[in-house]
Amino acid sequence: MAKKVALLQGNEACALGAVYAGAKFFGGYPITPSTEVAEVLSAELPKVGGKFIQMEDEIGAMAAIIGASLTGAKSITATSGPGVSLKQELIGYACIAETPCVIINVMRGGPSTGMPTGPGQSDVMQARWGTHGDHAAIALVPNSCQEIFEETVRAFNLSEKYRMPVQVLFDEIVGHMRERIVFPEPGELEIIDRQPPSVSPADYKPYDSSKGQVPPLAAFGSGYKFHVTGLNKADDGFPTTKAELVDAEERRQIDKVMDNVDDILKNEEYLTDDAEVIIWAYGSTSRSARYAVNKLREDGIKAGLFRPLTIWPFPEARTAELAKQCKAIIVAEMNLGQMIYEVERVSKGDCAIGGVFRVDGEPINPGQIVDKVKEVL
Amino acid sequence: MAYDYEKSIRPGKLPHIWCPGCGHGIVMKGLIRAMDTCELDRAKTSIVSGIGCASRLPGYLDACTLHTAHGRAAAFATGVKLADPEMTVIVCGGDGDGTAIGGNHFIHACRRNIDMTYVVMNNYIYGMTGGQFSPCTPTGAKASTTPYGNPDPIFDISKLAIGAGATFVARTTAAHPREIDKLIVQGIKHKGMAVIEVLDDCPTTYGRRNKFRSVVDMMKELKKNAVPAKAAAKMTAEQLQGKFLTGVLFQDTEKPEYCEMYQEVINKAQGA
Amino acid sequence: MAERYEIRFSGAGGQGLITAGIILAEAASIIEGKSAVQSQSYGPEARGGASKSEVIIADGPIDYPKATIVDACLAMTQESADKYAVGIKDGGILLLDDDFVQKNPQGNFKLYRMPIMRMAKEDIGREIVANVVALGAMIGLTGVVSKEAGEEAVLRKVPEAFKDLNKKAFNLGYEKSKELLN
Repeated sequence: MAKKVALLQGNEACALGAVYAGAKFFGGYPITPSTEVAEVLSAELPKVGGKFIQMEDEIGAMAAIIGASLTGAKSITATSGPGVSLKQELIGYACIAETPCVIINVMRGGPSTGMPTGPGQSDVMQARWGTHGDHAAIALVPNSCQEIFEETVRAFNLSEKYRMPVQVLFDEIVGHMRERIVFPEPGELEIIDRQPPSVSPADYKPYDSSKGQVPPLAAFGSGYKFHVTGLNKADDGFPTTKAELVDAEERRQIDKVMDNVDDILKNEEYLTDDAEVIIWAYGSTSRSARYAVNKLREDGIKAGLFRPLTIWPFPEARTAELAKQCKAIIVAEMNLGQMIYEVERVSKGDCAIGGVFRVDGEPINPGQIVDKVKEVL
Repeated sequence: MAYDYEKSIRPGKLPHIWCPGCGHGIVMKGLIRAMDTCELDRAKTSIVSGIGCASRLPGYLDACTLHTAHGRAAAFATGVKLADPEMTVIVCGGDGDGTAIGGNHFIHACRRNIDMTYVVMNNYIYGMTGGQFSPCTPTGAKASTTPYGNPDPIFDISKLAIGAGATFVARTTAAHPREIDKLIVQGIKHKGMAVIEVLDDCPTTYGRRNKFRSVVDMMKELKKNAVPAKAAAKMTAEQLQGKFLTGVLFQDTEKPEYCEMYQEVINKAQGA
Repeated sequence: MAERYEIRFSGAGGQGLITAGIILAEAASIIEGKSAVQSQSYGPEARGGASKSEVIIADGPIDYPKATIVDACLAMTQESADKYAVGIKDGGILLLDDDFVQKNPQGNFKLYRMPIMRMAKEDIGREIVANVVALGAMIGLTGVVSKEAGEEAVLRKVPEAFKDLNKKAFNLGYEKSKELLN
């Protein structure tokens, strides 16, 4: 039988990807340009026995999904820049309490209210460092409607596997544009569920990492009684100020990501093998970049595209290799320069670095990238 | 025979952080007795709190306990309850946590009438941070941030809860320990949002700044000003000046509970 | 690089031009199996203002999802004509509402005028189907998808009770465009 296809907005694809991944709880607050995610989930979640709640504010929405996740429900919220700013404290809570959850950020332009209906990619550093304190971050940046579906599934998988919040960032362009989606059959994409404890309730410690960097997580209501707190805690979940315990827990929570970058990183390369200039771009801008690569090749310039799908952790190793191989890396992003600093950091001066930036609410078009490449070479 | 509180308290977690004379311990004992009376399965009971002295309470109790961020307890608890309506959800916290930084979550939990029991320990001060005034600090009172007396009017938490749509609202004080568990039991048994306001004392940061010579004085003051709601019905406005009402202040058994309303959404979505 | 065909629908918010774009994209991608990307831009108003919807159609994958050089453009109002009837390629197509656009945008394209709103109101009896009249006309002028695919996509999108009305509207726009071409 032919697979089901539909013409869907990126936001709609995201919601359906969440359902495919097994999401059972959405807590959110209306904000442009992300509202379609909530609208679709308000209709779809109750069909599968899941729960949708529109909370009183963005912070409450983040709180509700963490609470729901602790009962074992795969949980998700969707918002945009101002909402992500409000959620930051509790994103940190989900990090330290090691509670799986997925946060969708449909990026718009500008600080503050900015441009609610215009695209932007200026939240990518926020996704790494937005919440206070040291913590690891996982953030994914899909560039098409099909990929939003699939990366939302992957976000749930990573979140459940590594017991932490995972952010999916896509800009308003991909969030609102419509493309054909081919729905994967049930079982076609891998679905990862969190690891439940194998010990008895009496022996359970919610942060016991003796058998691996990611401790199994019991669900409230499943017979296990345990304590969850935002304070620095020992492996039994209770607050501690003992230096060696605090240090070990903080480091483990970062190591569990950094020791597994090969599992978490995902990227796509196009014509990079012989490329003299690499365009480094993500999200909708990577589509302009690919168009530009083709244009440049027509003009006899050996251009290639590096496109991260995982932006955090940063694809350090591959970016550094490409810097050694090419004459220049051009970073194209809808902000005034954010990821370019990471590219500069890891390329260590091995090649020239240029940036194509834009924050006027219009997408970076292929011509801008072509012009920049010609200027730099 | 002395009441066995030990079986409800996690081994090795005492002593608690509260100062001598603080009423929070009295409330905790009341909560334990209430949970015992209701025969709550602690593995099916979630006790949720925010930040502050009162919010440390869940950590001592053997249950599914969730110590969250400042002000957010009601929102976390909403997530727990809606995701798993089988859980008994109890929220506890202070006046600043619940009605200032958490005021929005508090009133909306009341509005939804979600089935949980929210015990507000109202000691009219931010104790943990050293005695700054809260929305419940009496006008004119001294706090570390009101050196000239508090210019702010107060929130009446029970009235706020009633106005926002909670369907069981009661008030008592730390000086009425027997009434604490009696009201919490009624709150737990009530299907819907129950708010139990317990007027409480903070001798360390409030009492000493406001001319209370001892904890006993603070407790006496609570006793002196508490008027059972039934008795108040027969008193004049003049007699009620400076007093507050205690006991069950409001109950509505008609308003639908939120998780039950949502179950109807599920039924409709599934075409039942 | 796959050959791209770019169509822009523009008019006032609430005229259903985003829906027209979606229907065209469905006709191309779901019914005819091509690649299509539909996008839009709009202001804070749910009604009024100037709104545009763009559809890129290609035989292969579509990289850049926004218009580069527009092959065909529709403008239903003067404001949208002033704002969005730009970047049309030489020899491209511009269709204007004959009553609501007085001042012709300048450019080296084929310009057509059709009283779209009036046709919807007087010939079909419902102004609300003006977007479907316009869609029929744009498909007729461009041939970017077949008439059958366009009609099927329209019918998939509308409730049973409105199928006849919309079918009539689509065909009216399509036939009228053929008259313009002759």
